[in-house]
Amino acid sequence: MHPAPSVILFTVLSGAGFGYLALLGLGAASTGWPAFWQFALAFAMAVGGLVSSVFHLGNPQRGLLAFTQWRTSWLSREGWASVATLLVMGLFAIAAIFFAAILPILGVIGAALSVATVFVTSMIYAQMKTVPRWNSPLTPTYFIACALTAGAILSAIWSLALILLVALGLLQVSCWMSGDGRFAQRGHDMNSATGLHGQIRMFESPHSGTNYLLQEFGFQVARRHAAKLRVICICLISVLPAIMLLFGAHPIAFGLAFALHLLGVFVSRWLFFAEARHVVQLYYGREAVAA
Amino acid sequence: MTALPERTERKLGLVIDLDTCVGCHACVISCKGWNTENYGAPLSDMDAYGADPVGTFLNRVHSYEIEPEGGGCAQTVHFPKSCLHCEDAPCVTVCPTGASYKRAEDGIVLVNEDACIGCGLCAWACPYGAREMDRAEGVMKKCTLCVDRIYNENLEEVDRVPACVRTCPAGARHFGDLGDPDSTVSQLVAERGGFDLMPEQGTKPVNKYLPPRPKDRLTGAAATAPALPTKRRDATGFLAWLDRTLEKI
Repeated sequence: MHPAPSVILFTVLSGAGFGYLALLGLGAASTGWPAFWQFALAFAMAVGGLVSSVFHLGNPQRGLLAFTQWRTSWLSREGWASVATLLVMGLFAIAAIFFAAILPILGVIGAALSVATVFVTSMIYAQMKTVPRWNSPLTPTYFIACALTAGAILSAIWSLALILLVALGLLQVSCWMSGDGRFAQRGHDMNSATGLHGQIRMFESPHSGTNYLLQEFGFQVARRHAAKLRVICICLISVLPAIMLLFGAHPIAFGLAFALHLLGVFVSRWLFFAEARHVVQLYYGREAVAA
Repeated sequence: MTALPERTERKLGLVIDLDTCVGCHACVISCKGWNTENYGAPLSDMDAYGADPVGTFLNRVHSYEIEPEGGGCAQTVHFPKSCLHCEDAPCVTVCPTGASYKRAEDGIVLVNEDACIGCGLCAWACPYGAREMDRAEGVMKKCTLCVDRIYNENLEEVDRVPACVRTCPAGARHFGDLGDPDSTVSQLVAERGGFDLMPEQGTKPVNKYLPPRPKDRLTGAAATAPALPTKRRDATGFLAWLDRTLEKI
């Protein structure tokens, strides 16, 4: 799948933003000015991510229509979930900043909505049967783990951040390991795609140039590059931030850990798209391979 | 509404005969022509006369080479591919705006372009690559089964079929109601063993494909006779001299 920068920015930033909001709702929030900066950062990431996703659209001016189909569409549900979360956490933030009041019930509701929003975002990808690498319960688990890890580091909860960093590292590796063979396991090959029997190869492409399908779904990442990027990703997303925190619960350690971790999530999300293969590639003669 | 209808009164669709298709791409061109001039936004091309032309098409013809299992003559199969108007269309339910829908009366899957935000999710959900985003309009384009032809009483009756079917010079494309077991297309599917593409995706396509018939095989003495030995004849006269002279150079 084409790793579109707007979608990578959206999922990484809004994920971290909603993850932070969840922990702020669960008791990490201060009051007054410190709370202002906390919520400013969380809302900037969450809303910034959502705004960047709009650049992905062909006709963003009709965006409000996307709220209508929540009964069937995960993308529509995401619209509702993110607006509901921002409203509830907005009220919570106003109370904390201006009235020095932490409203625990509102915070718990907001935290649940934050996690739900990340879950709904992940389901946009996890629902795609056409992309076997994504079509797994591991996808929502991975998205939520990324969000909560970022939230825990930003909230400077030392033990939770450390546990989540290690857990996320293990989860990331298991996502890759189980995702690598899923395309072939589902039985998708050129024979099932075309219904023809025997050894098939593409004799002639339907078009001499490129097209939307190849631009969107034809992305292939070189396997040796993917292997290198996976090592870089694991170091950044989990190992290095964890080592950073082992030096102690110092604000600088948390700051550096967050910077490294977020960079790692960017690499991870790029791989999430770049390594994902869409079944339509089979019609273009690209057989199932492990990576 | 992007909920799929429980059932559709009819299941209009195509039956494509892979045995007959000659790969001339006439269906591709007539589709592009009709759908550029009629329903919805025209099918645009980018850089049409430049170095890297790219455009929107609703129908594409792939060509494959097949070596049959257990030996035999290799075959070239031309493989036209367009929207299969699936009963369980995954492209419809993912649509956040309600732009994509499946008609309860005839099962045609359409896009209301005025409601399409161009998010591209329906194209992701389609296993067949049947949907292409139009780069000029930013809306999703797909086969309409020529909904503006098949019910169009301003056209001659013979023309009230999809443009691709009307134009196919080989008679490889058939249009009809696949929900009616007595229709010509349903009988053709039953007779020839029509099949679904990528059935493991669970989309229940309405369009069916007819398999290519196996190629004739050489039988009897013709199949077992050894290949003729190639006779080597040494040149004589002028040609022999030319041969020798050229060798020396």
